[in-house]
Amino acid sequence: MSNLAKIERDPNYQELVRRRSSLGWLLSAIMLVIYFGFILLVAYAPKFLGIPLGSGVTTVGIPVGLSVIVLAFVLTGIYVRRANSSYDVLIRKIVEENRS
Amino acid sequence: MKKFAWPSAILLASMPAIALAAGAVEGGAKQATNWAAIGMFVGFVGLTLAITYWAAKRTASAADFYSAGGGITGFQNGLAIAGDYMSAASFLGISGLVYTSGYDGLIYSVGWLVGWPIVTFLIAEQLRNLGKFTFADVTSFRLGQTEIRILAACGSLVTVAFYLIAQMVGAGKLIQLLFGLDYWIAVVLVGGLMMIYVTFGGMKATTWVQIIKAVLLLSGATFMAGAVLYKFGFSPEALFTKATEVHPKKLAIMEPGTLISNPLSAVSLGLALMFGTAGLPHILMRFFTVKDAQAARKSVFYATGFIGYFYILTFIIGFGAITLVSTDAMFLDGSILEKTKSGIAAIKGGSNMAAIHLANAVGGNLFLGFISAVAFATILAVVSGLALAGASSISHDLYGMVIKGGNANEQDEIRVSKIATLVLGVLAIFLGIVFENQNVAFMVGLAFAIAASCNFPVLVMSIFWKGLTTRGAVVGGFLGLVSAVVGVVLSPAVWEVTLGFAKGSAPIKLDNPALFSMAIAFAGIWLVSMMDRSKRAAVDRDGFDAQYVRSQTGIGAASATAH
Repeated sequence: MSNLAKIERDPNYQELVRRRSSLGWLLSAIMLVIYFGFILLVAYAPKFLGIPLGSGVTTVGIPVGLSVIVLAFVLTGIYVRRANSSYDVLIRKIVEENRS
Repeated sequence: MKKFAWPSAILLASMPAIALAAGAVEGGAKQATNWAAIGMFVGFVGLTLAITYWAAKRTASAADFYSAGGGITGFQNGLAIAGDYMSAASFLGISGLVYTSGYDGLIYSVGWLVGWPIVTFLIAEQLRNLGKFTFADVTSFRLGQTEIRILAACGSLVTVAFYLIAQMVGAGKLIQLLFGLDYWIAVVLVGGLMMIYVTFGGMKATTWVQIIKAVLLLSGATFMAGAVLYKFGFSPEALFTKATEVHPKKLAIMEPGTLISNPLSAVSLGLALMFGTAGLPHILMRFFTVKDAQAARKSVFYATGFIGYFYILTFIIGFGAITLVSTDAMFLDGSILEKTKSGIAAIKGGSNMAAIHLANAVGGNLFLGFISAVAFATILAVVSGLALAGASSISHDLYGMVIKGGNANEQDEIRVSKIATLVLGVLAIFLGIVFENQNVAFMVGLAFAIAASCNFPVLVMSIFWKGLTTRGAVVGGFLGLVSAVVGVVLSPAVWEVTLGFAKGSAPIKLDNPALFSMAIAFAGIWLVSMMDRSKRAAVDRDGFDAQYVRSQTGIGAASATAH
């Protein structure tokens, strides 16, 4: 598998792996922190989520819950944007250079 | 028959589909036959059968059958994934939960959504680059084919079976209520149509049925939420104010209630919701229907957007139902209202009917018919996706790879798949009728727990950990599967509610076992792999580098064969 060794030595490949895995795991960690932070709030501080915003009946919990949903979408968007703009370029280079 | 409290039902099952079964059981009586609904439903079935006919003519190869020839675009696949995920239960169940408990419904919506980013970051592209038809293609990429395929098939089939039974029972109950049909007719109808879509049209028909349904469901829900907001001058505050005035729990519906009380239980449930999503075979299969990794990545992005948007709509719909349904005698059961003095408790047909009644309240009989037809279409589409995933696991993993050692004739494999679909269909109809009056709510919870504790750990370890060996994956995977099943049986939900033992006697206090069953699976995989000194283990570890390069670059990945 000389081709395999060649790809592994390719700086483009190394950059791709480094960048994709660091972003992927970082965003996963952020998502976990956000979600389990929310779950722990629900479990330990339900009254905090029940504090009304201003003088109305809408509580802190509503924007907090909705922002977890929105953030999940935004994080996915960040990953896809980065992948579309830079990972795909690297992958194309790797594929071209290693065409046997 | 055992009646069960609705909040505990949703907590224990805690997944799409649950609720459906739950509320409908309470509902009981049939509605009058709704002709507008039946008319629209017949229209939907006619359209989908035409699509199936079209797809059948274009389905010749195994790739056509299992993965629609890889010809689905990222956007279409995003809709189809969202369709697979937005079951009738997440529509009716979550809006029903918001209707009875307010804020608690949002907690569940959030849990169901947050698995998607993880799928995007860690799984989607790798899956597309390494696999062909089923997720077992990925887990068995460098590991022992026979053992891993059997493990994956067990994980897939058990997940699919429990999910399918819950959907069938829910479907029967719902259709009975919506259309005034007999329970058994409803179950036979769903099972029969599912068999037609899958055997004739394969993945192509299943995907398009799913896409059409997703569009109908999203438009219907958008209209309903829009109509509710319109009535309150597009002010959520006005909507919430009115809801807290008429709901018997008053301001308590604006904060977390009693559904999640024990922190450990909450975390365990969170794990099952988050990682179960990443282990559902019918969802994972969708990533093989697109051209390449880039399209796979885009499709999860669209799916996350659609699903998140949909959950926000169900929240508005639930609050809309509090204000417009629980205050209108037309939708309430007079005798219950007299007893309980609560419009929330007195809703006709149980809380799962909240969204359906709201459709009537904002759009009249015709829109009621539309939403009922969409709900039925939703069940059909989800059941078809499940059946296809189960049948693929039997034909591709068990028949093609284990029995024929990878040398199966393509046409034979497709034939086995079609036979498997028919068997699954008949079995689903039979079990659907057997379980008519049983509490099946725990089954969806079980499906998610198994997906999170057996399929997901093996999948993620096989993609990322070089040290994983065949023996480690098999031992850890089966440990996860068994501990998830045992954990559900010994949980309060099944032990006390379904089996009828004394309250508080359940040996395990967690409503969902994911916390320990996932830990057991990962620990088992790691320990056994580390200690594995077999010849096979050396082969397994040596294969990782080539697999990793392919998972990252897609070089050598199964190419698309779009027409």
